[in-house]
Amino acid sequence: MLKLENICKYYNPGTINEMCLFENYNLKVEQGEFVSIVGSNGSGKTSMLNIICGSIPVDSGKIYIDQQEVTRMPEFRRAQVIGRVYQNPALGTCPDMTILENMSLADTKGKSFNLRRGTDKDRIDYYRELLAGLGLGLENKLSVRVGALSGGQRQAMALLMSTMTPIDFLILDEHTAALDPKTADTIMELTDRIVREKQLTTLMVTHNLRYAVEYGNRLIMMHQGENVMDLGAEEKQNLKVEDILQKFNEISIECGN
Amino acid sequence: MNSTVILGIFEEGLIYAIMSLGVYITYKILDFPDLSVDGTYPLGMAAAAALIVLGVNPILVLPVTFLVGALAGCVTGLIHVRLKVRDLLSGIIVSIALYSINLRIAGTSNLPIFSKETIFQNGLLSSLLPEAVKPFGTVLILAVITLLCKLLLDAYLKTRSGFLLRAAGSNDTLVTSLAKDKGTVKILGLALANGFAALAGGIMCQKQGFFEVTSGTGMMVIGLANVIIGTQLFRRLSFVKATTAVIFGSILYRACVAIAINMGMVPGDLKLITAALFLLILVFSNLQKGKVKKHA
Repeated sequence: MLKLENICKYYNPGTINEMCLFENYNLKVEQGEFVSIVGSNGSGKTSMLNIICGSIPVDSGKIYIDQQEVTRMPEFRRAQVIGRVYQNPALGTCPDMTILENMSLADTKGKSFNLRRGTDKDRIDYYRELLAGLGLGLENKLSVRVGALSGGQRQAMALLMSTMTPIDFLILDEHTAALDPKTADTIMELTDRIVREKQLTTLMVTHNLRYAVEYGNRLIMMHQGENVMDLGAEEKQNLKVEDILQKFNEISIECGN
Repeated sequence: MNSTVILGIFEEGLIYAIMSLGVYITYKILDFPDLSVDGTYPLGMAAAAALIVLGVNPILVLPVTFLVGALAGCVTGLIHVRLKVRDLLSGIIVSIALYSINLRIAGTSNLPIFSKETIFQNGLLSSLLPEAVKPFGTVLILAVITLLCKLLLDAYLKTRSGFLLRAAGSNDTLVTSLAKDKGTVKILGLALANGFAALAGGIMCQKQGFFEVTSGTGMMVIGLANVIIGTQLFRRLSFVKATTAVIFGSILYRACVAIAINMGMVPGDLKLITAALFLLILVFSNLQKGKVKKHA
């Protein structure tokens, strides 16, 4: 369970550029929910993810993860139970290290990074199996530098790596936005499969309304730091892209876009 | 060039190689321009000189100098990570502070240890080595120490901790995602790097027989030059490890300096030669990069 309580966040406080993004923002995500979040640029989607992960501090309000307050907990500690995939495929993997080394790194999450051998030889077959599941042929390229892979391949690996060890939440920050339509579809299907298999509570920010409608069991539309639409599983079932597109246009007109 | 000069190139090259392994960690792996090396190298010298004067076993002096340097590296890291001072400035602050600290440790700006036993000059060694090998004693000992440092560093970089260090330099967001504090990893890297720098200083002190407070000036530039020469030269040969390349780069750089001095320059010109050579290497490696781009 994840809860944001009365979150306030200002940018550039005390200057003429002061901008209030969130004022008493509340959000509750239950165990097992797969939430798609849409909204125009600047509506606060990514800021919300950053607040949950601890990448940016809040001015007031409280953040709870599984009943525990984590408002002041540093980002890297929260990462223990959070897996995150970024828009930029380069952020989820280590370009200067090989596929095998990257997999080993991800596998060590939650354990001590001590002086034991970096790659556990007994695990290599398991890594191969996981990579084979991606269907990209990466299982035969274990000694290739990840920097030499394409964006889609790297994003697939990032997804695999962020969900390899047990986590409570998966945070997807426009993770298909930098990919071509075909690859984006592949990554999205892969995401859905992993979320189902591991029964992960997921928050996915996306600009692709089709994905937002097709995937997940809850949909939130954000605008100027507020949820202007919040649909549960039942309402979402009969939802069409046109419905949210219309709402989208309404709020855009308000802004004068 | 006579044989003494050639031996000297290898001896000094091997010592500087140890320091360059440290610079390799900060510059190539962590992507952190660490200037504290200018202070930690003479710190190692000062510590070694002071300890040997006190009568400490010269072999035991080696790990102690490494630890002292690592401690100074931690300070640089803490200033950068916890106090959020920029990387270059953190290094400059520590290297300036170390100047005074080095004077304190040694007690004087020039501390000779000529008459003392060192790892190169002791009773055991002179009884063990046959007469014919004696001129090569120093270079042999240095080769063993440098190789040992290289192998240890190679082994470390293959551990879980080493993986994390490499990840921190390559993509520190991933370190956070792995639920580790990237600041701590940086501090660890700086500690290792400056440990190597101080170890090199301590060995140099034992070899030349004295501590000199100003001997750290330009060390970072020399280390960087060695790293760049080595990695540029061997970049096409993927079977040569970067750490090996750095050692060869270091010896080659010493050779260049020796040639320059042989051509009639005086030791006072050494820093000028260092700077000119470094500039040449930087420009040359930039040209190389340009070529690669055009081909691609």
